[in-house]
Amino acid sequence: MNYFELPLEEWTNTFVYDWLLPQLGGFFDGISAILQSFVDIVTGMLTSIPPEVIAITFILLLWWLSGKGIALFAFIGFLFIGSVDLWVESMETLSIVIVATIVSIIIGIPTGILGSKNNTVDKLIRPILDFMQTLPIFVYLIPAILLFGLGGVPAVIATFVFAMPPAVRLTNLGIRQVSKEVVEASTAFGSTSRQLLFKIQLPLALPSIMTGINQTIMLALSMAVVASMIGAPGLGSTVLTGISQVNVGQGLTGGLAIVVLAIILDRLTQGIGKKL
Amino acid sequence: MNKIEVNHLTKIFGSRPKLGLEYLNNGETKDDILEKTGQTVGVNQVSFSVKSGETFVIMGLSGSGKSTLIRLVNRLIEPTDGEVYIDGEDIKTMNHSGLIKTRRQKIAMVFQGFGLLPHRTVINNVAYGLELRGVNKEERERVAKKVIEDVGLSGHQNSYPEELSGGMQQRVGLARALTNDSDILLMDEAFSALDPIIRKEMQDELIQLQNKLGKTVLFITHDLDEALKLGDRIAVMKDGKIVQIGSAEEILENPVDDYVATFVKDVNRSKILEASQVMHTPEVLHNYKDGPRVAVRKMEEVGASSIFVVNKNNHFEGLLTIDNAIKAYNEQMPVESVQIEDVHVVSSETALDDLIGMAIDAKYPIAVVNEGRFLGIISRVSILSGLVLGKKDAEEVAP
Repeated sequence: MNYFELPLEEWTNTFVYDWLLPQLGGFFDGISAILQSFVDIVTGMLTSIPPEVIAITFILLLWWLSGKGIALFAFIGFLFIGSVDLWVESMETLSIVIVATIVSIIIGIPTGILGSKNNTVDKLIRPILDFMQTLPIFVYLIPAILLFGLGGVPAVIATFVFAMPPAVRLTNLGIRQVSKEVVEASTAFGSTSRQLLFKIQLPLALPSIMTGINQTIMLALSMAVVASMIGAPGLGSTVLTGISQVNVGQGLTGGLAIVVLAIILDRLTQGIGKKL
Repeated sequence: MNKIEVNHLTKIFGSRPKLGLEYLNNGETKDDILEKTGQTVGVNQVSFSVKSGETFVIMGLSGSGKSTLIRLVNRLIEPTDGEVYIDGEDIKTMNHSGLIKTRRQKIAMVFQGFGLLPHRTVINNVAYGLELRGVNKEERERVAKKVIEDVGLSGHQNSYPEELSGGMQQRVGLARALTNDSDILLMDEAFSALDPIIRKEMQDELIQLQNKLGKTVLFITHDLDEALKLGDRIAVMKDGKIVQIGSAEEILENPVDDYVATFVKDVNRSKILEASQVMHTPEVLHNYKDGPRVAVRKMEEVGASSIFVVNKNNHFEGLLTIDNAIKAYNEQMPVESVQIEDVHVVSSETALDDLIGMAIDAKYPIAVVNEGRFLGIISRVSILSGLVLGKKDAEEVAP
């Protein structure tokens, strides 16, 4: 099958080293600085507030949104995280998830809206999303390090790339699923496309959009472990150390803490979605 | 002046509508165009006009293009060719903001599947048009509340559409359209999704509303009975074309081709004929000058056993039977004290259909009264002859 040689590898390297880094290094540094301060603020907040306050806030929120059972689970879960001494790591992971999710929402939902309004845009976006979701994570971990260095920022970027697609897809789908007759009725009464979007389409697509955000959070959390390979602090590095030292116990405690966080965040966002 | 004027309006669906249009202008048929170009002719060079205050019904089977046609009128679908004038302005060449303004102020629409906003309460659905216009909350809720009362939904204003029955949902749809206070109402199979009884109720209410508000209504239906009942004029559509426009009677009496003829063949006369078309005008007793003695003589002259009593303004007062008239004469009593007021009274627009049930248990003839004025009477014979012979003959047969 080797009919002609395609030097994609060389091209990519030349592109990245000879053009992208020298030309746009400053730009990426800027993004890096912004994201870094964002991550620092969130981490600072989560680690400086007493764990008890955070735990009780979450438990009460869950009680209100999803009921007693899940509130009890959160209580036990937080006790567990505290007693295996992983509270700070959990908060570091949580802050990366929060920042990556916020960036995903800020970029993903408008992109989804655009895709739902315009079929050409939709056709353009789809393959990009497929690409983002299926490309092996390690492939973009490498350029993430090159462009943004080690630490929390490339982790946020890599997490964002992996976690944003559901927000785009489900926003797009939700808006497209709004009944044609309802859209027609609104148009017939003289709505502008802006009024149609904010008064009809977004409110009716909200359950779908919330599902998208929920999925984004779940994917972000699952990415957290992998992102620790490029130096992201948090539960991921606990698990990673466990693996590299063949310390089964540490791997398990770190892994369980991630599961606890995942379940809490999942029920929390689902609960918010139902309340809206 | 014509509220809506449609000239050679054409809609061709497909990837190359202009090509389809070229073929259409060369006189090719819808089927040929589909075969040669793959373009579907939805609406084919349709022209009609609707006068202010008129109810114009477009009737056709599914696939005849009627739903497309009504959407061309407010440009929910872009026309391929032709003109649509709303109050003399061509909606097809209007710019975007002009179009939105026209939709907000001049045209309201009622949909077959109601098209209600599921995430909003009844009052917020009804006030939606005003909200789009930027009317403040207090004012739009005040207007909406009044219309909700008018359509008989008071008490439901805070319900969500899914909590209401189909008939009530369509009342919300109607209320939403009325709140806009636009002159033109587009009704796309508005009652087709409702049960027969509810549908009839809504039709009657629309007629009443029309008498009160005098909107210009463009009504789409596939139901001939509905078309005949509601329409001042009816257009029959087939394959995207209007094949005949006329009043209910013109279409029934002179169908333009076999298609229309088969359509109207089975029509139920009892639904089109109205009280005024089968009633006759009897001898009456003027209570301000005639006494029981005159009453007996008048009854004897026409060979009837009862006579209707009217006042100076020809307003309906009651019925005097021969027995009561003799009693009043013998005992020197005034006519008022013996006249029967408990008789069936209908308006001149009552459908024959509704009279049948009434006539079965009526002891006396039915009085036809409009705004108090006595117009005539309907006996069992006039109903039956109307059913069998239609309007013109009924007049000849009735005594």
